[in-house]
Amino acid sequence: MSIKIALAGNPNSGKTTLFNALTGSDQYVGNWPGVTVEKKDGRLAGHKDTVLQDLPGIYSLSPYSLEEKVSRNFLVYEKPDAILNIVDGTNIERNLYLSTQLAELGIPMVIAVNMMDIVDKAGDKIDFKKLGKALNCRAIGISAQKSRGCRDAAAEALLVAREGLKSEAPHVFSGSVEHALAHIEESIQGKVPAASIRWCAIKIFERDKEAIEKMGINPKTIEHVEGHIKDCEKELDDDAESIITSQRYEFIQKIVKDCVVKNSKRLKRMSISDKIDRIVTHKILALPIFILSLCAMWWLAVAENGPGTILTDWANDQFLGEDGWHLPFTSHKFKCPEKECENCTADERGENCTCESCRIYTGMEYEEAQEFYAPHEKNIEAWEAAYIEAYNEANKDKEGFEELAEMPEELDEALARTVKADGVRLDDDEETGEAVRGKLKDGCGPCIEVEIAEEDDEDAPELEWTCDWAMYQVSKAVPEVDPSNYGVFIPGISTLLDSMLDKAGVNETVKSLVKDGAWGGVATVLGFVPVILVVFLFLAFLEDCGYMARVAFIMDRLFRKFGLSGKSFIPMIVGKGCGVPAVMAARTIENERDHRMTVILATFIPCGAKTVVIAMFASIFFRDMWWVAALMDIIGIAIIVLGGIALKKSRAFAGEAAPFVMELPSYHLPTPNGIWRHTWTRVKGYVFKAGMIIFPACVFLWLVMHFDWSFTLLADEEIEKSILHDIGSWIAWFFAPLGFGTWQGAAASVSAEIAKEQATATLGIVAQNMQGTSTAAHIKALFGSMSDFPRLAAFSFMVFNLFIPPCMVAIAVTFREMGTKAWGWFAVAFQLFIGYTIALSAYQVGMLICSGVFTFWTILALAIDGFCLWAIFRPARKEIAK
Amino acid sequence: MTLDQVQIGEERTITKILGEGAVKRRIMDMGLTKGTKVTIIKVAPLGDPLELLVRGYDLSIRKDEAAKIEVE
Repeated sequence: MSIKIALAGNPNSGKTTLFNALTGSDQYVGNWPGVTVEKKDGRLAGHKDTVLQDLPGIYSLSPYSLEEKVSRNFLVYEKPDAILNIVDGTNIERNLYLSTQLAELGIPMVIAVNMMDIVDKAGDKIDFKKLGKALNCRAIGISAQKSRGCRDAAAEALLVAREGLKSEAPHVFSGSVEHALAHIEESIQGKVPAASIRWCAIKIFERDKEAIEKMGINPKTIEHVEGHIKDCEKELDDDAESIITSQRYEFIQKIVKDCVVKNSKRLKRMSISDKIDRIVTHKILALPIFILSLCAMWWLAVAENGPGTILTDWANDQFLGEDGWHLPFTSHKFKCPEKECENCTADERGENCTCESCRIYTGMEYEEAQEFYAPHEKNIEAWEAAYIEAYNEANKDKEGFEELAEMPEELDEALARTVKADGVRLDDDEETGEAVRGKLKDGCGPCIEVEIAEEDDEDAPELEWTCDWAMYQVSKAVPEVDPSNYGVFIPGISTLLDSMLDKAGVNETVKSLVKDGAWGGVATVLGFVPVILVVFLFLAFLEDCGYMARVAFIMDRLFRKFGLSGKSFIPMIVGKGCGVPAVMAARTIENERDHRMTVILATFIPCGAKTVVIAMFASIFFRDMWWVAALMDIIGIAIIVLGGIALKKSRAFAGEAAPFVMELPSYHLPTPNGIWRHTWTRVKGYVFKAGMIIFPACVFLWLVMHFDWSFTLLADEEIEKSILHDIGSWIAWFFAPLGFGTWQGAAASVSAEIAKEQATATLGIVAQNMQGTSTAAHIKALFGSMSDFPRLAAFSFMVFNLFIPPCMVAIAVTFREMGTKAWGWFAVAFQLFIGYTIALSAYQVGMLICSGVFTFWTILALAIDGFCLWAIFRPARKEIAK
Repeated sequence: MTLDQVQIGEERTITKILGEGAVKRRIMDMGLTKGTKVTIIKVAPLGDPLELLVRGYDLSIRKDEAAKIEVE
């Protein structure tokens, strides 16, 4: 028969640490109240038939909060064989309050007084024998963090579980209360289980409706004892519930006086925790310190040169992508690629090799070599692009002309053989030289000046890269930089997959399906891991050390005004970088309502990917309006503030405000092990749980973009034949009032759900057949074809895509964090409503102002705006009395 | 006098908890019961909530809640 032991205690008492120590599982531990919301179980190490149940941290068994109800129902109705009650020895008075309630349940109990290492250090003494005697159970001292006494505590619990209940509950109340309780016990005797009769009696005394209902006692019996309760209340001048609570504490005060000897010298001195607290919650310093810690997080996670970004780039481009990477901390110097050196004899290989690669690159680091090659690469690109354009231009009227898309291969090869890297022509090969010159004459002269705008550099579009024929020849002769010649090189997983599929000899469709579809989905999921990891390492530190509770303390006043918690600030700052860790960071908010509200609102802050969209639109449409990017941030903040106010007044979030009665735990230095476990649990949860939604969604979107209805693989440029095109056409009407109701606008918006920056890429693809010479011109023409007010339409498209539900990945974590599907859909619907409303208002009201266009849609836009204003400014609901 | 009017650093003894239901129970569960000594440690930088020392630990409550606690 298996034994069930429940682990119960106050929040922040080290319960989960003890649980981990005893089961070896990696549970979630944090230094702020309310970490464990669900109950979790694990097997006691070394005792396979014993289940240890980790209950949520609670202060009391009152019927008012969710966690308390979960714990109470478990203890009362599932009857574990024993309770292991963990008590924080540094805060024993309040912790024992719960113990007095647990002791009444009629379940054998062991009290484990935790944090004895800190108690000992402070010089305090606790008499466990006396303590146990006072509460009619066994009491021992442990230190979960130092793994001291944990096994003994488990062994004791196991022992009492086997022995069963031996002693009755302690009598903690004063004479008149005990008298009333005795009457109640008498009248319910036989109607409730004998072991928990005292608990039932107390609940009846407290008039705890929920508990009484579940006991199934005749209302007449209750009425019968009501007189005794009233007498008691009259005598003690308080309500029954308060009498019980007060007397419990009075009882505990007596026990503590008897059992605990405080070190008298310590009393006057300030603890380190107090000193830290005096600074971080200082009247003036608190806010700067908070902002500083936010900056630190910002830098760590999402700043341009911060570790989070570097890791993310590395993971996406090099580890998972096609670039590959060099083993760090090893030499990346050029090494002769011996087997490829065809020009050198066997004796010359290695150090003395004189092939082109070796001659140029020997002695260079990989980065140096790349730097060396970069201008050559640009030369080649520039000249070839100009060549192709000139060739097409010169030959377009000839019969049988086929447009040249890339350099003809034979020309490419021939060219490579005509020169050496230092510019010496290999004209002695008469035949080849002739062939090359012949070909080139066909097209255009060999010496053309090329003018090409450098694309990478947005700020300097005037900068031109030119390359003439001689330079081109030189550049062409320089061997490309092959990363595998520089130290230990590990190819990216995409590349590996590519070569594996090639070897397997599968056809193009299957290859693309596996590599771009399936692997693309997995890579999307994994690509977010570094930023989540960094954010949560930092948050785990803040939480474990106890600062998080102070953040709520500092910011509460500000955020309460619009229905959020003081801790909501952190997700919003993280959200500027990436919405996914932002939504997950909302976890630190223990109040369910504040938590949900924060999850819904956090992603309205434009994230890094959305910034790409803003940058593109700003550079194409709003060059003269420098403030557009800032405006997007302001709109995001406005949605959070106003949305919070409106939601707070809505039915979904109505009800009595949760009391802000929060423990401020002592600071302590977190252990690396604890922080890591804490972070890892969340990363794991993201990969396995959120990944389950993200992966199929990404694959689906990729499929509709790259396949037509007969399931033929399409090139990127053939998007017009794709399923997405048809989907776009079907739903285009939805976007018509926003000014971009064509399949292109719809398809770009839908594909942006893979990742927001995809909106720019898709727009580029769907606009390619528009007139113009550059992508920017294509997109401009595209919006011109959609609306008479292309700039308004572009603005509307931009705000729509910024403020509708974020990318798939963020939606997936939103669903996970909201708890239920219904709440997940609520979040998505709310976000869609906001995005649509803003785009609609921008376009319709914009048209009205610019040229007085007034249609049905203008009326609708104004009506919805009116509704929003009403939702924001209507009087708050009367608090519903429960 | 209620707790929200007490000066920072002052120690007072609770005489009564006003109100009823969840909020009152929650306040009392945290150890703020009749006869308990409470010290106001500080006010948050934005003026609310308060930090109290009660039964040897730090507790944070809003002024709204503090106004329901009568002290001598």
